[in-house]
Amino acid sequence: MDLLSHLALGFGVALTPVNLLYALVGALLGTLIGVLPGIGPVATIAMLLPTTYALEPVSALIMLAGIYYGAQYGGSTTSILMNMPGEAASVVTCLDGHQMARKGEAGAALTIAALGSFFAGTVATLLVAAVSTPLSSLALKFGPAEYFSLMVLGLIGAVVLAHGSLIKAIAMIVLGLLLGIVGTDVNSGVARFDFGIPELSDGIGVVVVAMGLFGFSEIILNLEMTEKRELITAKFKGFWLTKKQFQAAWPAVLRGTGLGSILGVLPGGGAMLSSFASYTIEKKIAKDPSQFGKGAIQGVAGPESANNAGAQTSFIPLLTLGIPENAVMAMMVGAMTIHNIQPGPQVMTSNPGLFWGLIASMWIGNLMLVVLNLPMIGIWIKLLTVPYRVLYPAILLFCAIGVYTVNNTSFDVMQTAFFGLIGVLFAKLECEPAPLLLGFVLGPMMEENLRRALLLSRGDPFVFMQRPISAGLLIAAVLLIILIGLPNIKRKREEAFQEA
Amino acid sequence: MSAIRSPKDFWSGVLFVLIGAAALALSAKYSLGTAARMGPGYFPRILGILMIALGLILALRSFKLEGAPVPRWKLRPTLVVLGSVVMFGAIVQSFGVAISTVALIVAASAASREFRPKEALIAGVLLATLAVGVFVVGLKLQLPIWPTFFG
Repeated sequence: MDLLSHLALGFGVALTPVNLLYALVGALLGTLIGVLPGIGPVATIAMLLPTTYALEPVSALIMLAGIYYGAQYGGSTTSILMNMPGEAASVVTCLDGHQMARKGEAGAALTIAALGSFFAGTVATLLVAAVSTPLSSLALKFGPAEYFSLMVLGLIGAVVLAHGSLIKAIAMIVLGLLLGIVGTDVNSGVARFDFGIPELSDGIGVVVVAMGLFGFSEIILNLEMTEKRELITAKFKGFWLTKKQFQAAWPAVLRGTGLGSILGVLPGGGAMLSSFASYTIEKKIAKDPSQFGKGAIQGVAGPESANNAGAQTSFIPLLTLGIPENAVMAMMVGAMTIHNIQPGPQVMTSNPGLFWGLIASMWIGNLMLVVLNLPMIGIWIKLLTVPYRVLYPAILLFCAIGVYTVNNTSFDVMQTAFFGLIGVLFAKLECEPAPLLLGFVLGPMMEENLRRALLLSRGDPFVFMQRPISAGLLIAAVLLIILIGLPNIKRKREEAFQEA
Repeated sequence: MSAIRSPKDFWSGVLFVLIGAAALALSAKYSLGTAARMGPGYFPRILGILMIALGLILALRSFKLEGAPVPRWKLRPTLVVLGSVVMFGAIVQSFGVAISTVALIVAASAASREFRPKEALIAGVLLATLAVGVFVVGLKLQLPIWPTFFG
């Protein structure tokens, strides 16, 4: 079977000692940063990117994937132990995970989070492997019109499924697109929006934008608040689940895995949406919903499995279509570009070792997290007792070094500071930065495909409606907007986000 | 101005209109081309118009929809954090990683209300050692350890 030989190739690449080492280092570093409060996966990847510069592209990608899973996992640890989500996807884990910890069941909560994640990761890895080949060959048939419409759907989907004001989110996308086209236009050679600054003619770096919006501004906003943290230091009753807990948890793990795998593939989906949806469903179908919020193990098992499955399957659109569907994947595009890989359907055929090696390493990374993190939990707890006033300057330092070393110029550092400022401003105005980053990454691709599509159609804008796939994608995008505008659904959507 | 019911929406609307207008003004000098042969000014102008439209909707809507006020902006963390980072970027090439790191850590620590100079200095020295070890020695990034302006 094709799938098996592909996976065998992948494991052949991922299981070399060097790549195993990088998967391990990535998972460890990712957890280390992910455990820190207020640093989500986007900033974590941006911050740790320089540690991969010297590596081969395959090893670098494997390490980055490890960083991503580690960051994800680190987030759940802080949620359970400190009631402090390290990142958005683990917000719901706080609800019941932290209550379990207060009841002295922190060990059980951490174990089910780890095992659920691992199970979900295994299923999702297989899914990624299975659908990549057919999707890639479909994507290779896409012309510029289809690509443009796909990006429109992706961007709209991303804002519809995110929370907050729809118009603000769309405006943030447009701003991102504008920022994305700063620099020399590939077709005419004209430097656009460069304000006469030579450095800007190469465009703005994705690390600069991500680090400013997600790293610096987050730290500033944290500093504005007064520090209130509560660490559960009570003795663990061990990491084992009771039989009753296990029986309650495993169906939730299965449901979460299924849900996360599907939601992860949708535009705008991924880890966060999956965990929210899973929590809502677990609460709905529970025999005794009143236990939710008081330490129900299903409330940890479901969302944690779902978020890991979603985190994994959100690689599908990126690897097969070359289109990132959320901010983390946008960051991965940036990281891949730095290593001279243009994500898209051609990667699988032109560089199969890299492609399947990355997929295999997803599973290995998950395995490592389970094996490593439960025993290392003591170290992470120690780290959390370090006060924020000591932590944040250190985080800033690594961010600054990270940004500086992308191009070795201080101009990048200044730009990042500027985006940090903008990030704080937008946070005050309640405008989400994630759509901006997505738009930023897609900007040049979108312009290029629009240009090509219209060139082929001799300027006829109806080309997007005449080609069936393109029309279908655009109609889906319009339907999404209409759907979300309906008062009934609008309320439901707000409720869903309210619950967390 | 009391008619503004949702200040966050209003001000983001204003901001988006301004950005859109700036984008339009700046792209006026790039040739527009035609739909079939788009010039460098085509896409930016579409985006600029879209941006203004969205900003206007937001701003106008803020007279009808109820919303929270814009929270206060405490300037100290913003200025100190970003200032210390910019300083790091400016001096790292000439002063080297070791000194720049200590400077960044001490300066950035001052953003916190619980600033303790001695603790910050110790943290700075430790982190400088770590940064040199990891980034310069370990990862071999192109960064000087010590000041380079002596020769």
